[in-house]
Amino acid sequence: MNLLLEISNGDLAITAALTGMTLVFAAYWIARLIGPKSYSVKKGETYECGIPTRGESMIQFKTGYYIFAILFLIFDVETIFLYPWATIMRSLGPSGLLCIAIFMFILVLGLAYAWRKGALKWQ
Amino acid sequence: MFDFSVITNWFNNLLLGCMPEWATVLVECIVIAVILLAAYSVLAMFYIFYERKLCAYFQCRLGPMRVGPWGLMQLFADVIKMLIKEIISLKGTDKFLFKLAPYIVVAASVTVFACLPWGYGLQLINYNIGIFFMLAVSSLGVIGILLAGWASNNKYSLVGAMRSGAQMVSYEISMGLALLAIVCLAGTMDINELVWAQENCWFIFKGQIPAIIAFVLYLIAATAETNRGPFDLPEAEHELTAGFHTEYSGISFGMFYLSEYLNLFIVSGIASLMFLGGWMPFHIAGWDGFNNVMNWIPSIVWFLGKTFFISYIIIWFKWTFPRVRIDQLLAFEWKYLMPIALVNLCLMAVCVALGWTF
Repeated sequence: MNLLLEISNGDLAITAALTGMTLVFAAYWIARLIGPKSYSVKKGETYECGIPTRGESMIQFKTGYYIFAILFLIFDVETIFLYPWATIMRSLGPSGLLCIAIFMFILVLGLAYAWRKGALKWQ
Repeated sequence: MFDFSVITNWFNNLLLGCMPEWATVLVECIVIAVILLAAYSVLAMFYIFYERKLCAYFQCRLGPMRVGPWGLMQLFADVIKMLIKEIISLKGTDKFLFKLAPYIVVAASVTVFACLPWGYGLQLINYNIGIFFMLAVSSLGVIGILLAGWASNNKYSLVGAMRSGAQMVSYEISMGLALLAIVCLAGTMDINELVWAQENCWFIFKGQIPAIIAFVLYLIAATAETNRGPFDLPEAEHELTAGFHTEYSGISFGMFYLSEYLNLFIVSGIASLMFLGGWMPFHIAGWDGFNNVMNWIPSIVWFLGKTFFISYIIIWFKWTFPRVRIDQLLAFEWKYLMPIALVNLCLMAVCVALGWTF
């Protein structure tokens, strides 16, 4: 239960998300209502360097970014696993500390492997 | 300290007295939505003004001065200017995703915004995994940015969005690890409990060295997470025009702008919650007279004061350091920040286990 009122947290989160969407919707709506409208062929062109754009822009893109995304996935999941442990760390005592040390050691090995393989180097 | 839940309880009982329960919930949700909307837009406008004034003072200028006293009306002028611009629909864009992107970005930031503890009894969403929920929802913003870049059908946007995605997901890890050290110290993720745990001593003092390291790590990661300061690569205007929002015009650009500044507020708010005690006044254990004097300052002033102070530091970064390159940015995160954050976490765990905290 939250502190303010007797509404469940889920309802409040949905309210907040809907509020954000309403804000964007209202802004679009007002802008459409009072903003000018004109049409020309040139206006619909992609804004690049002044010359007509060449080729597709929705293309498969550089691998470098994907490697970082995969690394992110590994370490983000690690962080998620660590949160519950951090919450009850005091009650787990030394054995919990040891277990998590082993877990982190394996992950650090993974990072060291990626580093050694040159995955962290931008190319 | 004044307890704000007195007002909300009175309002709740007032409504319960004159209508059924489901109607009460509905009316309360609408009131909450209106307040959120007002707070969100006012704060965003204030932040835009705050940053423009600060950046002007850093450069020995006066900043906006013409519209209203000290340029105060400039914020409203900016909003009206954005509203009366045409929203251009381009050919070749993916219309649905192009429209959807600002919705995701703003909805994510409003949801995180609603989790912040504003004052004593003045907090909306209070999960028992509060800080984790905030981190999880705030990372949804990346999806909006990637969508914006992809749907624009523009090479600048695509490169900007990819950079932004790589940067935000990378720095999210060290941000999470820095906060994890504090969760370790506090032993809870509930935002309300986190604030109350700092009643005698803020966490940055309580956790000594590891907490200070975590604070510095968090500040760096937060700067990168909001695409600001030396890490504003996604919108490096010399190379990428405006990054992922190049093709957005008028108010649809305004929405990205709004959420960018609100994200600055949110990361500063999380920093003040986790390290500087949230709305908790500055207390020294045992000094009752001093603590009572501190309690006279309203809790909301404490929260906003700390948050604006941290925002000030983050804005200061922007005008002090030159922009880094993409390879330096990613190497900095993966080779320095993250290993340091991991070591710091171990240090904190050892400190807590041995009881070396205040």
